[in-house]
Amino acid sequence: MTLGCQIWPAILVLINKASGEAMSDTSGFFNEMLEQDGSPRAPYSRIANWLQDKPNSFLTKKSRDAETIFRRLGITFAVYGAEEATERLIPFDPIPRIISASEWRRLSAGIDQRVRALNAFLHDIYHRQEIIRAGRIPANLILQNEAFLPEMAGFTPARKVYSHIIGTDLVRVSENEFYVLEDNTRTPSGVSYMMENRETMMRLFPELFQTHNVAPVERYPENLRQTLESVAPDPAKSEQTIVVLTPGIYNSAYFEHAFLADSMGVELVEGRDLFVDAGKVFMRTTRAPKQVDVIYRRIDDAFLDPLTFNPDSMLGVPGLFDAYRAGNVTICNAPGTGIADDKAIYAYVPDIIEFYTGQKPILNNVPTWNCSREDDLAYVLDNLADIVVKEVHGSGGYGMLIGPTASKREIAEFRKILQNNPSNYIAQPTLALSACPTHVASGIAPRHVDLRPFVLIGDQVRITPGGLTRVALKKGSLVVNSSQGGGTKDTWVLED
Amino acid sequence: MLGRTAASLFWMSRYQERAQNITRLMEVAYRGAIMAYDGQAEGHHWQFALAGSGAETGYHEKHDELHSRHVTNYMVFSKDNPISIRNCLELSRNNARAVRTGITAELWEAINTTWIEFCDTSPQSVTQEKLPDFLAWLSQRSHLFRGALLNTVLRDDGYYFSQMGTFVERADNTARILDNQYWVLLPDNDIIEDGSSERYQWSAILRALSGRRSYRFAYPNAQLKAFNIAEFLILRREMPRSLAYCYDWLADTAEDLGQFYGSREPSLDLAADIFKDLKEKQMRDIYQEGLHDFLIDFIGKNNQFAHQLCEDYNFA
Repeated sequence: MTLGCQIWPAILVLINKASGEAMSDTSGFFNEMLEQDGSPRAPYSRIANWLQDKPNSFLTKKSRDAETIFRRLGITFAVYGAEEATERLIPFDPIPRIISASEWRRLSAGIDQRVRALNAFLHDIYHRQEIIRAGRIPANLILQNEAFLPEMAGFTPARKVYSHIIGTDLVRVSENEFYVLEDNTRTPSGVSYMMENRETMMRLFPELFQTHNVAPVERYPENLRQTLESVAPDPAKSEQTIVVLTPGIYNSAYFEHAFLADSMGVELVEGRDLFVDAGKVFMRTTRAPKQVDVIYRRIDDAFLDPLTFNPDSMLGVPGLFDAYRAGNVTICNAPGTGIADDKAIYAYVPDIIEFYTGQKPILNNVPTWNCSREDDLAYVLDNLADIVVKEVHGSGGYGMLIGPTASKREIAEFRKILQNNPSNYIAQPTLALSACPTHVASGIAPRHVDLRPFVLIGDQVRITPGGLTRVALKKGSLVVNSSQGGGTKDTWVLED
Repeated sequence: MLGRTAASLFWMSRYQERAQNITRLMEVAYRGAIMAYDGQAEGHHWQFALAGSGAETGYHEKHDELHSRHVTNYMVFSKDNPISIRNCLELSRNNARAVRTGITAELWEAINTTWIEFCDTSPQSVTQEKLPDFLAWLSQRSHLFRGALLNTVLRDDGYYFSQMGTFVERADNTARILDNQYWVLLPDNDIIEDGSSERYQWSAILRALSGRRSYRFAYPNAQLKAFNIAEFLILRREMPRSLAYCYDWLADTAEDLGQFYGSREPSLDLAADIFKDLKEKQMRDIYQEGLHDFLIDFIGKNNQFAHQLCEDYNFA
């Protein structure tokens, strides 16, 4: 292949001199840019060429430019517990992650299938619970689950859609193998980074967008608005009043809440801006109160309505849940959707897909051991050093054990915790996550990544091509969470 | 527009204006403190900044002596002083952040960059020699804020609320600085009428209100006189920090807001009344009424206007 010959010098440049770490390293994981022989895979061929004659100082400067842009625009997330500098930037890596058109077609078909099945599942468990009757899921796993809201039983939201906004977390382990890690059916965040990363890339490297046919992500806010309008209580109404409900400026994702409200052209409200009167929801404006039709809420179920849920909540709107059940307002995502991304339910999602769609799942689950099952627990305890154990309700990469990188002592301590409360844990094999070229202090090196595409479900299923790629910036690290030092990359889906 | 949004826009501007006013007070105090020849103790000048901003009591709870270093820290960087420049900038930015969707990118960047760069400055690095440059920078940043507001914001209700925050604060500041040393502005005390004893206080007051140069143009013989200075800062509408100028703006803006919403609220009439009073009054009347009483009465009415505004437009 002649192209491969031209590319060879590039690969030499891509060797990280300080550590001897090479971009062409493919040992033990899937390298998304390079083939085994060091030649670039087709989607990356132009980028590899482009990177070839760039000195390290070029990317260092571009990274700094990006940081300035993010900081000035206030694209930050808050870190809890830190007294100073509670707003931080998520590190941004300037080398894009690239997905080919055919890869994306398969991924999006799999996501589409999955989000439809999960919504059908939600409708079923809050109505006739056929899946329990059919013996496909143990009843106690649902009925005794904290994420199951009995208050939702018998209620049917508009278009029978429960989870309107989903962020499906995927990881790649080989050329054709993607696994779904988590479904995030409650209030997934990160979409603003997807959009701002693209804006930033277009400012930093306009030349790359001339040579690559990158599918745009800019229609997301418009699609979100269409989705929310389509599930309004009275879709015939000519003008729907939509709001984004935020816990306020100290919330870690506040920037995103403001970003989404702004880009949809709707009000960003806090609980205290809303009130319920005669079963309808209104917002307090400088003039007469205005009735609200759809609430895109970015606060948790427990804080929605102090009269129905957590009575101590200062964030919610008293009476909101009654107004919702009366069909006078739509809450997106619906209360009680957390059951669909519960880690204990996760193991059953392949069954859920087959049960409701009659099809085989297109995307695989990561094999999962449910520690509440005796056999599974025994296996997990025997193999702690090789697997990952997660809390069922944990998130953000906390409260977990990564066997292969843990010390003997950490494993011993975790063993005790696990034995004390096995049903609180699930376990999965350590996956060899794929890696993408990433700019590090000494050059370009492979770093592990995951992918969160964003899905909207209303009158149709809309999937924005691409999503948020999170990258573990530390060598060998598999934890990509921003709260644990992960960064992000722009994600390109190439069009044919 | 949400009532909370209106409140945030109002306070965003109000805190920016307050930061600017305190910056100017500090500039005046610094200038006085380095000029040893006027026969005043250095502490006296710092006292001017503390008293003019209402931070005197708070300062003395923390420090026994008036020391330039302590005053600078307290007025510029302290988290304990509710009206320190630091706290004003942070509160302004928090309000702006709460209405991030309601303001322009230019305005947000002006506010946010000021805050980021302010935070990047360590208080130790601002030595007495560097203080004037730092204050000049702060002053420039506040002008950038005003410029961004005037040049980029859509002329709708949000614009009106942010304007009102600026002018309510400015009127309050001017009235307080005048009242703080009202006795030096009483013409009866200006016995020899050469102003020799009050010269320093007079120019400090004018400088604190950015009026030192413009006064010369407004009064052809340019001589500093208590009567003229008081008139300039209270009644002259060409002086952009005078009480009359502030209420000229406030009355107009309230009127515009009323038209925008198509309804007349009590706050509108209140602003119109205050302005009418200032427009018709002569300095002689004010002296007759008593300068101190007039200023206290004005501060009260200005507050009442702000309260009525909150009430009329559901500030949260």
